[in-house]
Amino acid sequence: MAGPVSGTVHVTAARAGRGRRAPARPGTLRALAGMAYAAPTAVIVLTLFLAPLVLVVVMSLHRWPLLGAPTFNAPANYAKIADDPLFPGAVVFTLKYTAIITVLLSALALGLALLVQERRPGVGFFRTAFFLPGAVGFAAAALLFYGMLNNDVGPFGFLGVKWTGTPNMALTSTIVLVLWRFAGFNMLILLTGLQSIPVEVYEAARSDGASRWQVFTRITLPLLRPTLALMLILSITGSLLAFDQFFIFTNGGPDNSTVSMVMVIYRNAFFKFDLGGAAAISVVLLAVLVALNTLQLKVLR
Amino acid sequence: MRYYSSRSALAVLFLFPLLWSGWSSLRGQDGGYTLGNYAQMARFGEGLPRYFGNSLLVSVITVAGTVVVSALGGYAFARFRFPGKNLLFLATLAILMVPYATILIPLYVLLGYVGLQNSLVGLALVFVMFQLPFATYMMRNSFEAVPKELEEAAMVDGCGSLRALIGILLPAVRPGLITVGLFAFLASWNDFFAPLILLNDGSSFPLPVAVVSMTQKTFGAIDYGMLQAGVMVMAVPCLLLFLVLQRYYVRGFMSGALRG
Repeated sequence: MAGPVSGTVHVTAARAGRGRRAPARPGTLRALAGMAYAAPTAVIVLTLFLAPLVLVVVMSLHRWPLLGAPTFNAPANYAKIADDPLFPGAVVFTLKYTAIITVLLSALALGLALLVQERRPGVGFFRTAFFLPGAVGFAAAALLFYGMLNNDVGPFGFLGVKWTGTPNMALTSTIVLVLWRFAGFNMLILLTGLQSIPVEVYEAARSDGASRWQVFTRITLPLLRPTLALMLILSITGSLLAFDQFFIFTNGGPDNSTVSMVMVIYRNAFFKFDLGGAAAISVVLLAVLVALNTLQLKVLR
Repeated sequence: MRYYSSRSALAVLFLFPLLWSGWSSLRGQDGGYTLGNYAQMARFGEGLPRYFGNSLLVSVITVAGTVVVSALGGYAFARFRFPGKNLLFLATLAILMVPYATILIPLYVLLGYVGLQNSLVGLALVFVMFQLPFATYMMRNSFEAVPKELEEAAMVDGCGSLRALIGILLPAVRPGLITVGLFAFLASWNDFFAPLILLNDGSSFPLPVAVVSMTQKTFGAIDYGMLQAGVMVMAVPCLLLFLVLQRYYVRGFMSGALRG
C-alpha cells in the first residue's frame, strides 16, 4: 500500500527540486523525498520481517495444521515442547556442538590469521587458499564431504574409519567439515581486526624488548577483543541454528544422535504437519538467541 | 623457507577437498576420465537446465532487488531527515538479530496467503529481506563517504534528488553496489534451507535442493560421480566470481557492515 502513495510523493518532490512549483517548505519536501526512497525498505521490513515475527507468535498459540483452519489452543504447543521425542536431546546435542565448534573454530581462525598477517610475497595466495572453501555454498560443501568421506568412493577408504558410522565419529566428521568451510571466513574477520592495530604499537613493544609471546598476549589479544567478540557472536548463533550440515551430511544419524534444534522445527512442521508446535519451538529459540545477542553486544561494547 | 613450507602444507589441506571433488566428477565407472557424470547429471530429475535456470532466476531477482532497495534506502538514510528514519534503520538491522530459521515457518504461511507459495519470486523476496541489514548498512556508509558538495552542485544546476542519485551518486558508490550484489548472489545461489521450506514442487527446486535429493535413496543407488558433478556445477560459478571480485568481497568485511 505504501508503494503507490510514496511514488506520487516522490514525483512532487522531484518537480519542486526543479523549481516549477514552490509549495510547502523545502525541508518538508526533502523529508517526503527521503521517505519515498526509504519506502521499499519499509515495505520489505514490514511485510517480510515484522509480519512473520508477529505471525510466529500467533501460530505458536494455535493448533495450526499444514492444511485446514487453525484453532486456538494456548499454551498446549509450549507445554508439549518438553515431551517432544527429539527436542530435549537436540538441545543438549546442539549446545555440545556449539561449544566444540566455537572453541576449535576460533583457535583455527586465529592461527590462520596470524600466519597470513604479514605482507610478504605470496601471502595473497595463502589467504585465498584458506578462504576458498568459504566461497563454496554450505550445502555444496556438505555434499562434497558426503562423497569424500564415503569409504567406497572417497580417498580415505583405505583408513577403514567409519566416518559417520558412530555418533562420535559423525560429530567429529561434521566438525571437520564445518572447520574446513568456515575457518577462512573467520580468518578474514580476524584479519581486518589485526590490520587495524597500528604497526607502531608492535614496534614500540619490540624495542622495549618484549618477546613474541608477550606481544601476542599483551598487545594482539587485547586489541583484537572487539573483533574476536564479533567472531564469537557469529559462530555461536550460527552453530545454535545448525541445520544444513546435519540434514545433508549425517541426516541426523546414526540413531538420531546428530539431530539439531532447527532440524526438530523442520521435522515437526513438514513431517508431522504441526506448524503450531514448530512455531512454539521457534519462538523459544528466537527469545534465547535475541537475549544471547543482546548480552554479547553489551559485553562487546 | 619454513615460512612457506608450513603455509603451503595448510593450503594443500584446504584446497584438497575441492580438487578431489573436481577430479572425481570427471572419473568414469571404468576409471578413465569422462564427462559422463555431467551428462548423467543433466538428465537427473527434471533436468539440469531446469534447476540451473531456477537458481539463476532466484539469484538474478535477489541481486537486482537487493541492489535497488538498498541503494534507495542507503541514500535515504545517509542524506535525508524524515520522521521514523532511525526506527526504520534499527528495524532493518534487527533482521540480523532474528535467526533465519525461526521465521521461515511463518513466512511459508504468509507467502501462501498472498499466492506466492512455491514461488521462486517469493523465495527471492525472502532472500532480499535477509540481505537488507548488511546491504543497507553498507550502502548508507558508501553514500556517507561521498562528499555532499558533489550532489549539491548538481541540485543547484536544477537536478532533482533522483537525477542527482542516478547521474552522480550511483557511479560514486559503485564499489559498494558490487559488494552488495556479490554477497546477495552468493547467499541466494547457495542457500538450501529457505528453498527447502518455501518450495514444495520438484520442478521449482534450485540447484542445492535438487542435488541434495540425489542422496535420497528413493532415487535408487547413489551415483557419487554424478553427485560431485552437481557439487562442481554449484561451486564453480561461486569460486570464479569470488576470484574475480575478491577485492569487493573483502571490502564487505572491512566496512564493518558485518557488525551491523
